Order: sequence, then C-alpha cells, then structure tokens
Amino acid sequence: MKSFSGKALFLDRSDINTDEIIPAKYLTEISRDALAPYLLEDLKFDGFDPTADIADKSVVVTRANFGCGSSREHAPWALEVNGINLVVAESFARIFRQNMFNCGMMAVELPVDTIDKLFSTFGGHDTTVETDVDGGTITVSAEGMTETISFTISRFDADLVASGGWVDFADANY
Amino acid sequence: MGRTIAQKIFDDHRIGTPDTDVQVIRLDAVFCHEITTPPAIVDLQQRGKDRVFDPARIKVVIDHVSPAKDSKTALQGKILREWARRHGIVDFFDIGANGVCHALFPEKGFVRPGYTVIMGDSHTCTHGAFGAFAAGVGTTDLEVGILKGVCTFKTPETICINITGTLPNGVFAKDVILSVIGRIGVNGATNKVIEFAGPVVDAMDMESRMTLCNMAIEAGGTCGICAPDRISVDYLWPFIKDEYDSPEAALADFSKYLPDPDAAYAQTIDHDVSNLTPMVTFGYKPDNVKPVSEMAGTRVDQVYIGSCTNGRISDLRIAARVLAGKRINNTVRAIVSPATPKVYNQALEEGLIKTFMDTGFCVTNPTCGACLGMSNGVLADGEVCAATTNRNFNGRMGKGGMVHLMSPATAAATAIAGTIANSPLYTR
Repeated sequence: MKSFSGKALFLDRSDINTDEIIPAKYLTEISRDALAPYLLEDLKFDGFDPTADIADKSVVVTRANFGCGSSREHAPWALEVNGINLVVAESFARIFRQNMFNCGMMAVELPVDTIDKLFSTFGGHDTTVETDVDGGTITVSAEGMTETISFTISRFDADLVASGGWVDFADANY
Repeated sequence: MGRTIAQKIFDDHRIGTPDTDVQVIRLDAVFCHEITTPPAIVDLQQRGKDRVFDPARIKVVIDHVSPAKDSKTALQGKILREWARRHGIVDFFDIGANGVCHALFPEKGFVRPGYTVIMGDSHTCTHGAFGAFAAGVGTTDLEVGILKGVCTFKTPETICINITGTLPNGVFAKDVILSVIGRIGVNGATNKVIEFAGPVVDAMDMESRMTLCNMAIEAGGTCGICAPDRISVDYLWPFIKDEYDSPEAALADFSKYLPDPDAAYAQTIDHDVSNLTPMVTFGYKPDNVKPVSEMAGTRVDQVYIGSCTNGRISDLRIAARVLAGKRINNTVRAIVSPATPKVYNQALEEGLIKTFMDTGFCVTNPTCGACLGMSNGVLADGEVCAATTNRNFNGRMGKGGMVHLMSPATAAATAIAGTIANSPLYTR
C-alpha cells in the first residue's frame, strides 16, 4: 500500500481541471517520471506558485469537482511521481476519482463544512496530514492545532487501495 | 418505477457487483488512440499480460497528433501500430485512413443502440448519441478493458434534459449544449448520465446529437444519451442491413433500449430553446457562457473549425455557407480541420474546401491537433482563438492562450469580422 501521509498542499479553488494538473503537451511522454516537473504548471490563482509550493508535499486539500475535464491518467501519475497519493476534496470528477483508486491512490471526499474548516484553520500554515486508512481517519495538525476527521471510502475502493490498483484485481476476478 | 436507457443497458451487461452501488459490466467495444493507450500496452507487457480480450471488439486510431510532429509522438504511433498488428486488430486506422476518433468510429458503424463502449478519452460520451452507454475512462480502466472486456461504474443515475420549443434559425446543437452547460454548471451532472430528450432532440440529425452528447462531460456527465429512433436506424442502416430484414425490424429491436415512460430520473430539466440565441464562452470554464451579442466585438487572433464536437460534414457546410463569397479579416488566421477522410472527401466534392481556401482558410488533415494544444494551430501567450471545440480551459490550446467556444456558424462569421460576431444565418 502507498503512503498517504505528509505535508499538505492547499489549493483554494473549485473545478481544477486535468489540463491544469498536467498540460496536454506533456502527454507525449511514455514514462510517468518524465511528468514530475510539470505538475500543476498551468494552475493560476493568487498565492499559488507551482515551483515553490509543491516541493515536499504529500497530500492535496482542495475544493469541489477536482480533476474535471480530460480523462488523462497522467493527472494522478503526475501527483504520484511527486509523492502525492492522497487528495482530499469536497468532490471529484468521476474519471479522475476512478483513476486515483485504479492506481491504488486515494481520493477522499469530505463535506463542504469540513473542507471550509480545514482551509480556515490550516490554510497558509505548515500543515501535516496523518492518514489511518484502516481506521478511516485523517489527523491534520499545524503549530499546536490538531483535528482528527473521519472519512469513508467504499469497500471496493478500499480493496483497490490495498491491492495497489485495478489491473490485478480485475484479472483475478473477471 | 421504470428504467432509464442506461439502467436497461447496465441490466443487459452486468457481470458482477463487487460492492453496493458498483457494477462490473461487459464491454461491446473498446476504442483506443495513441495518447492514452501506449502506457496501457507497456504496462500489460511489463505485467506479462500482453493479451487482448477480443481483437474484433477493439478499434484503434492514431488521431491526436497526426502525422507525428516529433520523435515522441512518432513513438506513440509506433507502439500502437505494432500492438494492433501483433494482436490481429483489423480496425486500425493509420495515417491516410485516420480521423478524429469520435467522428471516425460512428462513421464506420462501430456503435449500436444498447452498446457499452469505453475509451481513454473523456469525449467518448459522444457515442451515446446512438442510444449507447459510452464513457471516457483513464488508462488503467482502458487497460483492463483491453485485457478482460469489462469495466466498473457506479450504478448510473440519470438526469433527463427535455429540450423543448423550436430552435430559431441560425441556432445550432452547439448553442443548445453550451446553454445547457451554462445552466447546470461544470459539476451539474457529475457521476450521472444525461438523457437528451424532447422534440428538439427528436428532430435533430445524428451529427447534431453527437455534438450534444459530446459535451456532456463538460457538465461532468458520465455519458450523454439520445434514445434510438428512426433517424439513428437510418444512419446505421448500411452497417446493419444484413442483420435485419428492414429498418422497421431494426427499430423494433432497438426499442428495447427506449426509456420507460415512468423511468426513475434523478432529475428532469425542461430546457426551452425557442428564444435561445447563438452562445459563446467567455472564461476558462465551459459553463462561462453568454449570448454572442454580449461578446460581439471581442478581438480574436485565430479561428479554428474542427474537432470531435464540430468537425463533421454538416458543420463544414454551415461554415462554408457563411463564408461563401467573403474573405477572412486580415487581422485573423483561420484553420479548418475536417474530422475524417470521409468528411474531407465530401467537402472536396461539394466544393466546400475551395470555399474555405478562397476565403483564406488553411485546410489541415484530420487530427485533434489544436483542440488540446498539441499541434496544427497552437496559440502563443496572450492570443485568442474562436473555436468550435469543446474546452476553454486555461492553456488548453497553448500556454497563455484564450479559447472562446462557439458554433461553426459563429466561428465563420467571426473569421470574416475579425471579432466575435453573430452569423447572418441568425435572423432575430
């Protein structure tokens, strides 16, 4: 199983699309590692600098409809090769969410109030997320503040995370 | 309660339910292109599983960057080509026979009412126009589709969008779908299927229905679906005439995929288009939509007519009608990319290509190209394109570029004016 804990990157915008996560011009790469320098290259909003902000981060916290647009699995791959295996959001686009679990990564949905509180409490701080996959909790902490939040993923999604993805699971079962 | 089209298709294809709300369905077709398939092929090889579930059900095209523009895109084509040969995949469309996947595959008769189809391409929802369940997926789902002929989906809920009224002259399917996305938002149909219904859809030809369904994904929809009818049967007849005694018999068979009158929809939206005007996007999201009149006068650098949304023969005919006898403004450059070789040939025979060239358009071979900023018309930083494509995301057609989505009629009128403009086909 992959690691789902570490420093958090807060992306305070809804509808971040897969073209912003990894622009199409890099889809000519066959190797996943080649995508690493280009993660979130075309994401533009005040206070976000991809070159400075992504380094050392392992978890993304964001708003609604993350990963909309193109079906490119290069989007989860670009996160993965940067050491980010967990995205926590209010909601996800269908294909992106499925791609994450298909790769043994996690896309965790939390209620809008919880996401709001994460941003208002921890946004702008040096924040760490500890994930207990079996217990279904994330513990978010920064500068003496700590918050433990429960989440649920389906049994099927949990199986994909445990088995490292969909290919072997499908080949064994269908 | 009765069943929706998607529920009926799922009921006919379900082979497993690994979890509440998760269904494994059998696939009738798996479509492949050179961007998302090579990583699946390489991964299957590395796993020692370089197999395909059924070469006759796998359809393959090189379309996103064609002809190859550099060594990397040449390698993507090479991997796909060698894989298709190795596995005896007969329906492989290489340079010369290739076109934009979602225009080419319908034209070849590869989609039937009731089919289940996946492809590693988000605009796969286009094929729902034939009464099929067709969904874009990532490379891992595609890989499993290739290997096993199955895919998982959540139990599909359906939004019924009932398009009513009478479409005014000069207002097209593209304007309808832009207005729908503007209304429900880029997240309005996430995890749901959209059934497009009502008298306006019933009167549309297949190409217009494909334009509608093509952009279901821009509202987050898993698939757009139109109910099969006589118009879909007539389109498919050359491909199914050996399977049925008559078009009536085919229609009777396909009618098993009509939605029940009391189908259980998650939501029903009545969308009256009687007063709809030509629409255009203004920001970086497909739900940032305004009437063209409110954007009139906006300067553009490039006009692009093509793509899986609006690169079919009816689109080129409408654009050529607006362009005939005119010249494009000397402040713009304009590109038309017929979506398939058949469309290109028809456009040649009908004199449309000459019209485009006489007005100052560059005519390219069929390819996805500029739509996603990969080739054949990428924008420079700060440039603006009036495009008949489907996405206006920041950087989509090139870093720092802005894309305004619109119909072919509006794009043609914009090419003449040099700024965003309504076409004379719109007479209100």
